Amino acid sequence: MIFIKNSVTRKNLMAITGLFLSFFLIIHLLGNLQLLLPAAEAQLQYNSYSHLLGGNIVIKLVSYVLYLCILLHSIDAIYLSFKKRRANGTSYSYDRRGRASSWYSRNMMALGIIIFVFLVIHFKDFWYHYKFGELPVDTNGNKDLYTIVVVAFEQLWYVVLYIVAILALGYHLLHGVFSAHRTMGIYHPMYNRIINIVGKSFAVIITIGYIIIPLFLYFNLQS
Amino acid sequence: MSKTLKAPIPEGPLAEKWNNYKAKARLVSPNNRKQLEVIVVGTGLAGASAAASLAEMGYNVKSFCFQDSPRRAHSVAAQGGVNAAKNYKNDGDSVYRMFYDTLKGGDFRSREANTYRLAECSASLIDQAVAQGVPFGREYGGYLRNRSFGGVQVSRTFYARGQTGQQLLLGSYQALLRQQHTGKVKLYARHEMLDVVIIDGRARGIIARNLDTGEIERHGAHTVVLATGGFGKIYYLSTLAMGCNASAIWRAHKKGAYMANPSWTQIHPTSLPQSGEHQSKLTLMSESLRNDGRIWVPKDKNETRAPGEIPEDDRDYYLERKYPSFGNLAPRDISSRAAKEQIDLGKGVGPLKNAVYLDFSRAINEYGKDVIAERYGNLFTMYKKITGIDAYKEPMKISPAAHFSMGGLWVDYELMTTVPGLFAIGEANFSDHGANRLGANSLLQACVDGYFILPYTLQNYLADQIKIPKIEVDHPAFEESEKLVKDQMQSFLSCKGKKTAEEFHKELGKELYDKCGLLRTKNGLEKAIENIRNLREEYKTNLLVPGSAEEVNSELEKAGRVADYMELAELMCVDALHREESCGAHFRAEFQTEDGEARRDDENFCYSAAWEWTGNASQPILNREPLVFDTVKPTVRSYK
Amino acid sequence: MKITLKIWRQRDCQSKGEFKEYHLDKVSKDMSFLEMLDTLNIKLIKQGDLPVEFDHDCREGICGQCGVMINGIAHGPLKNTTTCQLHMRSFNDGDTIYVEPFKASAFPIVRDLKVNRSALDHIITSGGYVSVDTGQAPEANSIPVTFEQAEAAFDAAACIGCGACVASCKNSSAALFTSAKISHLAQLPQGDKETSTRVVSMVNQMEEEGFGHCTNTEACEVECPEGISVLNIARMNYEYNRSRLMKK
Repeated sequence: MIFIKNSVTRKNLMAITGLFLSFFLIIHLLGNLQLLLPAAEAQLQYNSYSHLLGGNIVIKLVSYVLYLCILLHSIDAIYLSFKKRRANGTSYSYDRRGRASSWYSRNMMALGIIIFVFLVIHFKDFWYHYKFGELPVDTNGNKDLYTIVVVAFEQLWYVVLYIVAILALGYHLLHGVFSAHRTMGIYHPMYNRIINIVGKSFAVIITIGYIIIPLFLYFNLQS
Repeated sequence: MSKTLKAPIPEGPLAEKWNNYKAKARLVSPNNRKQLEVIVVGTGLAGASAAASLAEMGYNVKSFCFQDSPRRAHSVAAQGGVNAAKNYKNDGDSVYRMFYDTLKGGDFRSREANTYRLAECSASLIDQAVAQGVPFGREYGGYLRNRSFGGVQVSRTFYARGQTGQQLLLGSYQALLRQQHTGKVKLYARHEMLDVVIIDGRARGIIARNLDTGEIERHGAHTVVLATGGFGKIYYLSTLAMGCNASAIWRAHKKGAYMANPSWTQIHPTSLPQSGEHQSKLTLMSESLRNDGRIWVPKDKNETRAPGEIPEDDRDYYLERKYPSFGNLAPRDISSRAAKEQIDLGKGVGPLKNAVYLDFSRAINEYGKDVIAERYGNLFTMYKKITGIDAYKEPMKISPAAHFSMGGLWVDYELMTTVPGLFAIGEANFSDHGANRLGANSLLQACVDGYFILPYTLQNYLADQIKIPKIEVDHPAFEESEKLVKDQMQSFLSCKGKKTAEEFHKELGKELYDKCGLLRTKNGLEKAIENIRNLREEYKTNLLVPGSAEEVNSELEKAGRVADYMELAELMCVDALHREESCGAHFRAEFQTEDGEARRDDENFCYSAAWEWTGNASQPILNREPLVFDTVKPTVRSYK
Repeated sequence: MKITLKIWRQRDCQSKGEFKEYHLDKVSKDMSFLEMLDTLNIKLIKQGDLPVEFDHDCREGICGQCGVMINGIAHGPLKNTTTCQLHMRSFNDGDTIYVEPFKASAFPIVRDLKVNRSALDHIITSGGYVSVDTGQAPEANSIPVTFEQAEAAFDAAACIGCGACVASCKNSSAALFTSAKISHLAQLPQGDKETSTRVVSMVNQMEEEGFGHCTNTEACEVECPEGISVLNIARMNYEYNRSRLMKK
């Protein structure tokens, strides 16, 4: 039983689910980059892409794994934060321990909560709408998700929300990706250096990639 | 009523004695061992290794230390290394040579058979430590590396960077905790031993105070082992840890164990000088610095220039001048004494004029700063951390500091004190180093006593104890000891004077360092005895200890330790006064050769002085153990 | 120089603690931090107050017994320095210094700045050793250990067990301490044989003592007086995962 409760095991679960989610971010970004195509072309291609995803059984299975990962990653985080609170006992009255580490590595939970809240909104507005809502169809007969997305990003507050969340995600990844590898036991100094560089680049690329889309849509429509 | 002591030495030629002993020593069968309890006080190298080894054999061991963890014991601080006659260097080392070096280094004032046994068991210690995972320095090919150390002509020192003591201690600490895991060792950290309990003439337990709660506890056992280290802290300023104390051995002494050669204290030459009144301890800088550093003082005692501005002609490289063949690498006692001589002439440097320069400028010019940084970088960093001075630019200031107690409880060949069933191992006993200890021999002695000697000799003692049932702690002897201890603490608390124990300790230390330190004279020692007696009287009436005995109270702990120092200090002076010769660390100004070297008197003083407690600290009885040299012939120890 | 101290006073682990303010006028730059506390204690005793209890022993940075939070940082502002090696020249005239004990639920407060760190010993007891009895050892040179191996093992073995890693960790994790021992022994052929059982029992013991989990913030390495590397933690994870995955 202690094996299950054990923090190294729990951290491994965190790492594996986290890495899977990171991998998903790449796929999701590649799909969404289609939104940057010229409007008419983008509409048809994006909608047919969405349709394709919705219909494929493999993708469906993968998406269940994805939901499970989100769930486990979050539950584990809650479990570990209770554990942390128990381990800490009374807190310091004068605390400057922060000098020794980066703020985002210390605040993974807070960043995670922002991401989680965003995910709920994101799911509700797009995923839920697409799955269960009444949507118009495009010329190919696919549900017109494209228009929903474009309309959503006409609103400034929505763009801001999106960007804030993506920045939170970026910092979460900045620490998370390399931390996950450490947790899983990569201790060799050279590979650690490589993972550090790759992990940071990954975080930066993902952040820029995801931020370009709402900005592009917002400004494109304004002009 | 002075007695002549004999430590029964086994038959046979020197090299066969220990084997003969082992062959004939009595044994306890494995079944019976679990009926027997052993108390080991102290968890340094000697204590931890003894407790672990005895528990592995099957005895039930109770292990005590006053620190918060056994790993803190002061063995941890030893830097240089540990000697062993492995002859890996093929440079002519052997057990005999190591024995001879140790005996000569000690100025022919140790027991031949003990010293030989130390050298004999040294090789097994390296094997044991390596098997435990001690990361000794290695050659690139993977074999163990050696270096040379003061006072010898071969390379027999094994080392783990500058932290050999730490690594060896962690090895034995881990062995100890492994036995805690099996349940054979019960650990009592933050427990201070306050008395030995003696029933029918044999040591049968201890009284200990739980330092976290103040509770006084009774612990019974079939035998008690003291591994409580040295008492150099009696000088207040020393290289020892703040908590190091003489209380365990002193209280054993008051219960009948003799103290041998208490005045023989090694004063280490390369420590950092005192910088002010507030100072609590002196930090040791590794002796290896003397390989490249040159020691000097200004020729003029009124010198005011900065060291860099003093021209060569106005400097006195006194070690190179007086000991041309060994120069800056003269043995510890000799270089310490020479430094004191210069300081006493008023030529000391630094704000308190209490130090000498250790200069690296020539070495830096010759080899370049990088080479020096590679060799001593960590020491230079430490020096800067403590003094704020960059030693690459300015010479270091060093001064002598009390370091190691060659004296301690008198023990026989089996390491048993004069109280049956009470053993003393490691620095707590007096046995192997004579009047001066060679570098890298202290770790060795502690380990060898604990791992390889005590397990045999203790068993020999326990062989006829198997019929003794578990020692019950409601015996009147326990009651009496407990009362004694409690009364003493009450007397400290109710005194309500004006001076703290620490202030008394500082005064005592200064008196002792001045008059019973590097240089001793008849007048000085007599004066010191008088002053110590006065101070002891004042201690009874003017001590201030806050708080109560039933709680955490580090001041109360100190008060007890200082009270013991007050009595031991007098005995040290008495011992130094009676020994009318100079040998090793004991240098009496009246007994020196024409060129200022120690003059030993083998005719009258070729013995160990074992002092007996009489109930009055001022009236100890002197017993002698004559030192018989069957194999070697004592010679004059010269390093010119 | 003049120093204002705000020192955490707490009678025992059940009582509530608080900062008490003290003033010292004649503090010398050459004093060590602990000598400054000694001076304060003499003053307190003479005033009839109880002195501040704090842990210390060797005062040369190797025994690991000292350790307090100084201005919110374990062992104070200097890097790779224990509390006892910190000197007052690191502070300025007129400074206010906050002094608090190491806090973690696995380190119950004994009094004031003294905490009980025996939880660290318990972790070693659970398996931090090589199972070799006295007398069993083979000839020391029979198992060569390369220079690099020995140096790497030493780097991990240099841990002094002060607990600054736990105090500096936002989760009060003892991962650095535990992993240093696992890594020290796993890098030597003498110790490696037991690695897979050792790592499981030590990690489990670390849990039972109530330490938190490691999130790789790396604060422990920064504040460690011996500069023990966080890669040891990765190695511990590796050995743990390997042991679990290879379990028969």
